[in-house]
Amino acid sequence: MSEFQRTYEDTLGMIGRGADQNGVRQFISFRVGTEDYAIDILAVREIKGWTRTTVLPNQPDYVRGVLNLRGAIVPVFDLRSRFGQGPTEATAKHVVVIVAVGDRLVGLLVDQVSDILSVADDNIGAVPETSIRGDHRYLAGIITQGDTMVVLLALDTLFDTLTLPGDQPAHETAA
Amino acid sequence: MSTQARNDYAQFRQTFFAESAEMLADMDDRLEVLKSGRLDREELDAVFRAVHSIKAGAGMFDYRRLVEFAHGFEALLDRLRDGRMAVNPAVAGLIIRAADILAELVAAAQAERSAPDDAGADVMTAINTLMAVESVSAATAPILPPVNCESRCVEIRFVPHADLLRKANEPLLVIRELSTLGRLTTACDASRVPMLERIDTQDCYLSWTFVLETEAAEEAIREVFEFVEDDAEISHEVRTPVASEDEGFGLWLETPVLEDVADAAREQTPASVVNVDYGAKRPAVQTSIRVELSRVDKLVDMVGELVISQAMLRQELASHNLPVVDGLESLDALTRELQDCVMAIRMQPVRSVFARMPRLVRDVAARLDKQVRLIMVGEQTELDKTVIEELSDPLTHMIRNSVDHGIESPAVRCAAGKSAEGTITLNASQVGSNILIQIEDDGAGIDRARLVAKAIEKGIVPPGTVLGDDEALDLIFAPGFSTAQTVSDVSGRGVGMDVVRRNIQKIGGRIQVNSVAGHGTRFTLIIPLTLAVLDGMLISVGSERYILPLTSIVESFRPASGQIRELSGGGRIVSVRGDYVPLLGLGRVFGVADAVHDPVLGLVVLVETATGGRLGLVVDGLIGQQQVVIKSLQANFTAVPGISGGTILGDGRVALILDIEQLASLKETAA
Repeated sequence: MSEFQRTYEDTLGMIGRGADQNGVRQFISFRVGTEDYAIDILAVREIKGWTRTTVLPNQPDYVRGVLNLRGAIVPVFDLRSRFGQGPTEATAKHVVVIVAVGDRLVGLLVDQVSDILSVADDNIGAVPETSIRGDHRYLAGIITQGDTMVVLLALDTLFDTLTLPGDQPAHETAA
Repeated sequence: MSTQARNDYAQFRQTFFAESAEMLADMDDRLEVLKSGRLDREELDAVFRAVHSIKAGAGMFDYRRLVEFAHGFEALLDRLRDGRMAVNPAVAGLIIRAADILAELVAAAQAERSAPDDAGADVMTAINTLMAVESVSAATAPILPPVNCESRCVEIRFVPHADLLRKANEPLLVIRELSTLGRLTTACDASRVPMLERIDTQDCYLSWTFVLETEAAEEAIREVFEFVEDDAEISHEVRTPVASEDEGFGLWLETPVLEDVADAAREQTPASVVNVDYGAKRPAVQTSIRVELSRVDKLVDMVGELVISQAMLRQELASHNLPVVDGLESLDALTRELQDCVMAIRMQPVRSVFARMPRLVRDVAARLDKQVRLIMVGEQTELDKTVIEELSDPLTHMIRNSVDHGIESPAVRCAAGKSAEGTITLNASQVGSNILIQIEDDGAGIDRARLVAKAIEKGIVPPGTVLGDDEALDLIFAPGFSTAQTVSDVSGRGVGMDVVRRNIQKIGGRIQVNSVAGHGTRFTLIIPLTLAVLDGMLISVGSERYILPLTSIVESFRPASGQIRELSGGGRIVSVRGDYVPLLGLGRVFGVADAVHDPVLGLVVLVETATGGRLGLVVDGLIGQQQVVIKSLQANFTAVPGISGGTILGDGRVALILDIEQLASLKETAA
């Protein structure tokens, strides 16, 4: 793992890490269903194609099982299912984004990775209060890219709601 | 102090206590020998080294009480070492007590509390008294241990000039060379060593007297001193075999008694009198290095990966119908061997846990006025380090129980026609990939009727319950159960065997109890050798595959439809040679849609839980037996009911390892 992390750190060195002096951060954006989401690039460890996972018994639908990531057993979460758009019909063209949350590694099943975004802090908007019932704690902000809107995910809270038993959303609405 | 320095300090301190703990344990072990009446040179040296190292370390961290005590203790051992004092029962008792106090002081230092002021004071006084007496008699005793000269003996006096070292001569080389000629006994005279502040490190202050038992010619001996003869006074005298004993040793008295300057001399030589035996067998020095456990774990992980990658490579080749490449076979053998080697790094003899038991038995027996003998067998049996650590508490508890509840008082034993002294046997042995630990006592055995009565009284089982023998015995594992008539400070507080069982289960083990009233009780622990590797059976359930721990499997069979019985309240049972065993369809429990549900079409795997309960798992089929490296699911996810962990199969996919104990409590969900 450390070997891998080192090359990852090197890569980051090349593309510039975190916010630079102008307050610009980098995000990886991906598509889930019809929506675009983004996560902090620093959390991403690896991006790999979908392969069949081993199903974990008696878990919510959005837990797609576990896969072997160079010896570590990593759970994969189906974001489309988590966001209430039904389970992903996963094919080899689907993508699993491996992210580090705290000291854990988790995989996020998404439809496709779209882009690397460089966004100044100023251009990240707050999530507006809505009247729609739903759990928005894992939505960290909204990035406007031209005429599209990308929802920034807060991985920590997202992961909490993914794994903590008894904290599953009772009713989900499309984002 | 900078943060860095503070961290270093904390780390050194931690290392000091880790090492002290090891040395104290080792010391305990060696002192066991002392109790049997004698302590040989090797043991004594080892104990001395341990006390000395603890003293040195304690000095570094300024634990003054510890240093003072260790210093006194060390002085006592030193005298035993150089033969100025003989080991007798009084001294032996004192050493054992001193070792106890030393351990206590180390513990106090570690916990950063101060030990009671008088801790060790009585022992220290006893040591000082003993040494005062002995040094009087020592003054008239010969300094050189008597040498029984069976062959020709040569006495050599070697007094180097002060500038010997400056001329690039090394007395040690001379001594070493001399020792190749025969059996060499050495006495060092340190009387010329000045006070520390006046020592010139370039000067040689020591001189030696040797007794060499040799057949070598005088010429050969002279040759040894060839290079130093101009820089030293050298004289020698040949003694004939018979004449040696009496006349020879009067001479040694003329050399100054070394004791008074012993401390100063230590700057130059470790002990006043040294038995040089370079040529012959030296006690094997145990060489070892201290490695962080996490690094070893990492290594274990990596090798596990290697084994998997290698299996994947093989499968890949096979799937392309490629002939097996030359060298793949040897790669196979090498990886397997490598895995064994790496696993062996984590292995330690159970001795480290067993070693604490004799003292425990002695203490508890003394407090209860019982006579108990402890026999330990198989201390060399090796187990994974983490498993050993987890074993310590349950074993301590069970041994204590055996002394307290198992063994009767001498009077009762005699009345029952047994010898007054009870016997507890602690036996470890390896059986396949498990280790078996048995704790057996020849005491009163467990009274099943009283057990059941007590259980009813405590409301653990409803009144009027009739239990089979085994079920009754099983009650001792019930939470909050204790049969001690009175609550003693030894055991009987009602936290007990249930905790023991939980601890054993935690390390993947099982516990069984057998007892014959009037003849004794035997506890058997069955524990996997390691927590890292598991012998498993790969089973298929629909399109999923699971690993079943091999140790829990009793048998597998395809039942005839007549053996299966649907119960009206739900659930099914299968009859196995007259026993009825509940069935659990894994496909239903885990929600695998395409799994076989009818056992007649699939297989029933009969498994046994740690508590001895049986369960029939309905599966599609058995794929094969294999050793798997256990991986945690919790590292990146949460615990999943019925699953104890995962592993990675030869094809790179994850297979889940079933947890039999949890499965027994799961229910089938309707398909």
